[in-house]
Amino acid sequence: MAQLTFREAIARGIAQEMRRDESIVFLGEDIGAAGGVFKGTVGLLEEFGGVRVRDTPISEQAILGAAMGAAMTGLKPIAEIMFADFFAVCWDIVVNEIAKSRYMTNGQMTFPLVIRSGNGGGLRFGAQHSQSVENWAMMVPGLKVVVPSNALDVIGLMAAAIRDPDPVIFLEAKVLYSSKMDVPDGEIVDTLGSAKVLRQGSDATLVALGAMVPKAIAAADELAEMGIDCTVVDVRSLVPLDTTTLLREISATGRLFTVEENPRLCGWGGELASIVSEEIFYDLDGPIVRITTPHIPLPAADALEDMAIPSIERIVTTVSKSMNS
Amino acid sequence: MSTTTTVPNPTDLEGKLNLYRSQLALRLFEQRAYDLFLENLVKGTSHLSLGQEAIAAGFAAAMRPTDWTFATYRGHAHTLARGVPMTPVLAELLGRSNGLMAGKGGSMHLTSVEHGVMGSYAIIGAHLPIACGAAWSAQYRGTDQVAVCFFGDGSVNIGAFHEALNFAAIWKLPVVFVCENNLWMEYTRTSEVTAVANPAADRASAYGLESIIVDGNDADAVYEIAAAAIARAREGGGPSLIEATTYRHGGHSRADPGKYRPDAEVAEWLAKDPIPRYRARLLEKGATEEQLREIEELVAADVDLATEEAKAGGVPGEDLLMKDVWADGGSSWRN
Repeated sequence: MAQLTFREAIARGIAQEMRRDESIVFLGEDIGAAGGVFKGTVGLLEEFGGVRVRDTPISEQAILGAAMGAAMTGLKPIAEIMFADFFAVCWDIVVNEIAKSRYMTNGQMTFPLVIRSGNGGGLRFGAQHSQSVENWAMMVPGLKVVVPSNALDVIGLMAAAIRDPDPVIFLEAKVLYSSKMDVPDGEIVDTLGSAKVLRQGSDATLVALGAMVPKAIAAADELAEMGIDCTVVDVRSLVPLDTTTLLREISATGRLFTVEENPRLCGWGGELASIVSEEIFYDLDGPIVRITTPHIPLPAADALEDMAIPSIERIVTTVSKSMNS
Repeated sequence: MSTTTTVPNPTDLEGKLNLYRSQLALRLFEQRAYDLFLENLVKGTSHLSLGQEAIAAGFAAAMRPTDWTFATYRGHAHTLARGVPMTPVLAELLGRSNGLMAGKGGSMHLTSVEHGVMGSYAIIGAHLPIACGAAWSAQYRGTDQVAVCFFGDGSVNIGAFHEALNFAAIWKLPVVFVCENNLWMEYTRTSEVTAVANPAADRASAYGLESIIVDGNDADAVYEIAAAAIARAREGGGPSLIEATTYRHGGHSRADPGKYRPDAEVAEWLAKDPIPRYRARLLEKGATEEQLREIEELVAADVDLATEEAKAGGVPGEDLLMKDVWADGGSSWRN
């Protein structure tokens, strides 16, 4: 058992898998000598060398194109897109090429690759370095989408993503990079498509993702003091989506609150609300409520950014108001 | 099943006869594809290589079976030239279950991994970085495979071209980039929208590469330059960028009659048609009329047979619709 930060967990997860399988290679901007701009890849170049851990130019299309071409010919690449916002300059490779080519070729090709990226706000980086892009990826057939919320899950889900034979978009909440937790020694391998129940309650179910998970837990603690007993579910994986766990936990309390960092429109919570409405409508005791960032670009100033992204206080207020109305 | 169109090295007369057969097969296939559009049997769109056959045939002749082709939406010729039989390609155009991808890809996405055809890509420039990735994989695994990536003159003005060229150069990747310069970027003359006279060759120096232009309507010249570039890549000498000048006899796509091109220009290039030109050369080199006619009859029969077999194919069933989004064969996004 060792205390590990979220950023250290990234390097540990990648190293665990690279030791096991020579076909795993890693490429991206500043990932080698610099150890990553968020220091998430420190030590990998030293351990695995420059042939397996390769710094690239600032060429996101080349990075992801290279990952795709390598994956279709027998390697298992991990590619880093430094900030998830930069997906916008290489989205063609992700959406038109990587996601569709297996289907279009009638299964002739397989793409065992992972694209990891720093996602989301909270660091006062402004509108082009703070977006939550998980929903961009979720809506594309052919992509798996994983968003861990703690160091242990980073390792286990990274291992699962690397071992998965399909393309996985692995989004790391930048605001969590310095968060710490105790992590067991030895190999850790998790399962894609499994949500985790972090807190069991009887009154309402809070469903959260990534950086919103610790906030939902803190909000649930405050709500408990107010007499509202909440279940908290960490979605962890948008595709595949663990609807079995989600529907069970929502049915059990009869109330669903989603906590989403993304701007309002077409967030994953909207899809979840639709599934709940279609499949367990009569188990609900009240309206589904989505707690999201408003439909705006994220502002840079700390005061403004804090108003935009769901806070513990906003979760508590929204849930308590709705439960007491 | 119709015969395939792979050819041995065209260094002697027999090889050259094979290269003639290959070019002719691409020509007659494309003409048949066009006829089937007119019969409304081919739906959607399609982009023919009529007039550009010498490039596909010449390069394929210089490639090993283990090498990789990356093609564009104008990819019928490149797919056939690697030895993919005509029937599944034509059936794919017809949307039949005996198509190369059972109808799931269509004309613009022909792929046959077993023949090294690693996809036809319909987003301009996208496959250049992907070809780099395959080349990187060959380099990493220590195989001597080479990726050959074909694209049109319009691709040189998109970002992916420049990212890929730089990437291939700095990593010294075994990839050969081939620009088929047919002078027209869809409906616009390439020179009107390109800063340099030779759209690919004049960019080569920016990536530390040699500027190479070849007559893309001369299959022997194409073969020679291809063999040299592929050998260099195979030996660890890094990438090449080759500009092959050519002309498409028809419009950009099925919907385009190509009327924007001056009659005199079309006539000039029809006079440089690679296939009659190659035929005349073969006669000079000692081939007989009978030999050539025999090839022509065999290829025509192949196309007829492929047409029959493709038309006889079934309609793709519902089972295919939800198949192969994921490696497990399925498409499920939830449990």
